[in-house]
Amino acid sequence: MNDFPLFPEQASSVSPLVDGLYLGLVAITGGVSLLIWIAIFYLAVKYRRRPSNELAQEQEPPMALEMTWTIIPGIIFILIFVAGAWVFFRMQRVPANAIEVYATGRQWMWKFQHPTGQREINSLHVPVGRAIKITMASEDVIHSLWFPAFRVKADVLPNRYRTMWFEATKTGKFHIFCAEYCGTMHSGMIGSVIVMEPTEYQQWLAGGSEGSLASQGEKLFQKYACNTCHMDTATGRGPVLAGLYGQSRPLTDGRSVVVDDNYIRESILNPAAKIAAGYQPLMPAFQGQVNEEDLIRLLSYVKSIPAPQTGSALAVESPQSRGTSAGAQPAAAGAATAPAPQQQQQ
Amino acid sequence: MTSTTIDDAPFIEPSTRQRRNYLNDEYGVLSWLLTRDHKRIAILYLFSVTVFFVVGGIFAFLMRLELLTPEGDMFTSDTYNKLFTLHGIVMIFFFLIPAIPAVFGNFILPIMLGAKDLAFPKLNLLSWYIYMVGGVFGVIVIITGGVDTGWTFYTPFSTQYSNTKVFAITLGAFITGFSSILTGLNFLVTIHRMRAPGLTWFRLPLFVWSMYATSVVIMLATPILAITLVLLMVERVLQVGIFDPALGGDPVLYQHMFWFYSHPAVYIMILPGMAIISECVAAFTRKRIFGYKFVAFSSLGIAFLGFLVWAHHLFVAGISVYSAMIFSFLTMLVAVPSAIKVFNWTATLYKASVSWQTPMLYVLGFIGLFTIGGVTGLFLGALGIDVHVHDSYFVVAHFHYIMVGGTIMAYMAGIHYWWPKITGRMYPEWWGRLSALLVFVGFNLTFFPQFLVGYVGMPRRYHAYAPEFQVLNVLSTAGATVLAVGYLLPMLYLGWSLKFGRKAGTNPWGAVGLEWATSSPPPKENFHHTPVVTWEAYDYPAFLKAMKETQDA
Repeated sequence: MNDFPLFPEQASSVSPLVDGLYLGLVAITGGVSLLIWIAIFYLAVKYRRRPSNELAQEQEPPMALEMTWTIIPGIIFILIFVAGAWVFFRMQRVPANAIEVYATGRQWMWKFQHPTGQREINSLHVPVGRAIKITMASEDVIHSLWFPAFRVKADVLPNRYRTMWFEATKTGKFHIFCAEYCGTMHSGMIGSVIVMEPTEYQQWLAGGSEGSLASQGEKLFQKYACNTCHMDTATGRGPVLAGLYGQSRPLTDGRSVVVDDNYIRESILNPAAKIAAGYQPLMPAFQGQVNEEDLIRLLSYVKSIPAPQTGSALAVESPQSRGTSAGAQPAAAGAATAPAPQQQQQ
Repeated sequence: MTSTTIDDAPFIEPSTRQRRNYLNDEYGVLSWLLTRDHKRIAILYLFSVTVFFVVGGIFAFLMRLELLTPEGDMFTSDTYNKLFTLHGIVMIFFFLIPAIPAVFGNFILPIMLGAKDLAFPKLNLLSWYIYMVGGVFGVIVIITGGVDTGWTFYTPFSTQYSNTKVFAITLGAFITGFSSILTGLNFLVTIHRMRAPGLTWFRLPLFVWSMYATSVVIMLATPILAITLVLLMVERVLQVGIFDPALGGDPVLYQHMFWFYSHPAVYIMILPGMAIISECVAAFTRKRIFGYKFVAFSSLGIAFLGFLVWAHHLFVAGISVYSAMIFSFLTMLVAVPSAIKVFNWTATLYKASVSWQTPMLYVLGFIGLFTIGGVTGLFLGALGIDVHVHDSYFVVAHFHYIMVGGTIMAYMAGIHYWWPKITGRMYPEWWGRLSALLVFVGFNLTFFPQFLVGYVGMPRRYHAYAPEFQVLNVLSTAGATVLAVGYLLPMLYLGWSLKFGRKAGTNPWGAVGLEWATSSPPPKENFHHTPVVTWEAYDYPAFLKAMKETQDA
């Protein structure tokens, strides 16, 4: 059957839910469609035109019948909506302990970056039984990252980060497809996700990398001279970044913003869009200066700077601290753990 | 002929009945190109949309040939991308949207109302010329290298990355839109102002109700497409940032604007199909449509709800979880009026006098296929399933069940049903039935495997694909071959019937409706005396009695 599958492999925690819903719908709608087909055929044969029935017998449609086949399908359709939405919520809510992986789409390849610093093109190694959260953006047009065996898909946009997640339940090699038409080699923008046993995965992670993603980001932080303004103490011309991730920050125009992946991204590419209260719009825009992969490195670094222990710095302006160690784990430590607050990004 | 068949046209002077009609009233090319007769304009449209249907069909067939093998070995990727783009653009903008309103709406609607023409005959001719100007842009683009954006023109690919003829083709689609708007306007005014005495709203044939709903959607939605395409052209040519994030725009905004037109456009394509089906169900069962008012109002319900569901094309595109929920819910609601129609058409068969002539075969096929297209829409509307099957072949199969299994089946039913009225000749019945059967079998063989291959994981718009998808693709290509024969046959035998077909007479089906009360083909002015309608829609005994009385008078 491998040469001619009529059903995709079930390899993620949501696959059985999606398939259950799908097969349920196949049963209900298939049954109703079959009944309609049989009714059409039966009536068309039984009441076929013969000399004895040149004219049809007229009958007034009973109102009850009309209401029945208006209301009952309506109720069934709404139940289908509820079931579909329930599965959708399960797909959207990222588990707190997910491993954070970054993806970049470009014409016509998928690039993945692991927190431990490994880079891959058109392949993605993940452990079985762990939730994987992918934060992703596109370098050019809209792409869409699809794992058919995991039943998940999300469009990858050129202007902001989006996230998706899955938890593989089966080791093996599965397809990665680009599902949003993106130009000449759209059908070549494919790859494989390799699901490994956790021990194998640890060995794979131990393979060469240029240091963790955060440490790569730290080097860029110095290369682009970010550190000349964003200093460890509040004396710099830019805000202190330590412990900032996940906090709510007031802006000069009186609004406030939660510091999440998209805010950090925007603040690097187009800093004038939202200026933190108390600071001048001095920072140059890096739009076009930093590529997506370096952006991910910088993002990873900014997220990893630990909050100061004393609480004396201005870094945390809002008292609502979200978790004790938001972004505080050294990202280089083995299988990296994501920061606790999961921003639901759409 | 049985007693239920009327062979005389009661509203036509006997002296002109056999001799003069709209076809032989004037001669010469100019008498066609400058005509203001709605029937001749319908014929102009019939030729034009048939040409585009053939062109779009050739693109489809070439795609199916490429997809016989998993490797992209027949065309280059660029060529393949242009094939599916042009197939979509030609079929949607130049065939499906204009076909039924512009051909059958133009020809039949004024006659059904007992009118001599549409309200604005010159505007009607103008709309054909506008359509042709748009079509010329399409043809130029095809000849000079094509376009590769997909028919959806998603940004920023279409504005910044594609170096094909995006500007020319969007301009063509933009122009063609005005042709639709003028036709819709013309229908609305005609239906409001030009109904024959006694032809009240609830005596209107359901064709008219459905055309009315279509016209409303056309008038309200098409301007949005025009705006969207202008913005796209402005960004592409002048580099003003609207959709491209590099210029400060938002690419998802484009999708909202595009689908705000293009989802209602689905109903612009299917409502006229439903219009024909309602007529044919009545005519070939000799019975009043079951639940007339429910069928009539469900058209308006579809037209209204159709405007509220556009974002179900964007469930994985980056809208919030909660807007996805709202649009999923509304999508489920829009299925209700379609279900009402299917149940009522089916119930009409009960205790009917069902004829198995060609148009009815297409009608029965339509009901079956539209049902499958409709219920698979529920799969796509259910969020949890859509995330998996979005942009896969499942979607391709779904909308072909609606557009081909629905609209084109209805179009084929309509062309056989009204062919005797339009040309005065009968098509050969046996060949008609054969081609209906071929279309039904070929269609299912082509598109049913695509549901399966989509769920297994084949993305749409793929030039080359994974080897495990091949078997289903081969089935699909085989089906496309049968389907092509099914579509070619009518072109041959209908052409043949123009010369050799049996003379049709006024009412070959024994059907009700004012178009069956004038001669075949009708005279230029449709009726010599304005008909006075004293019967309800599809009221067979009353209609037949009225015809007799008018004849005797």
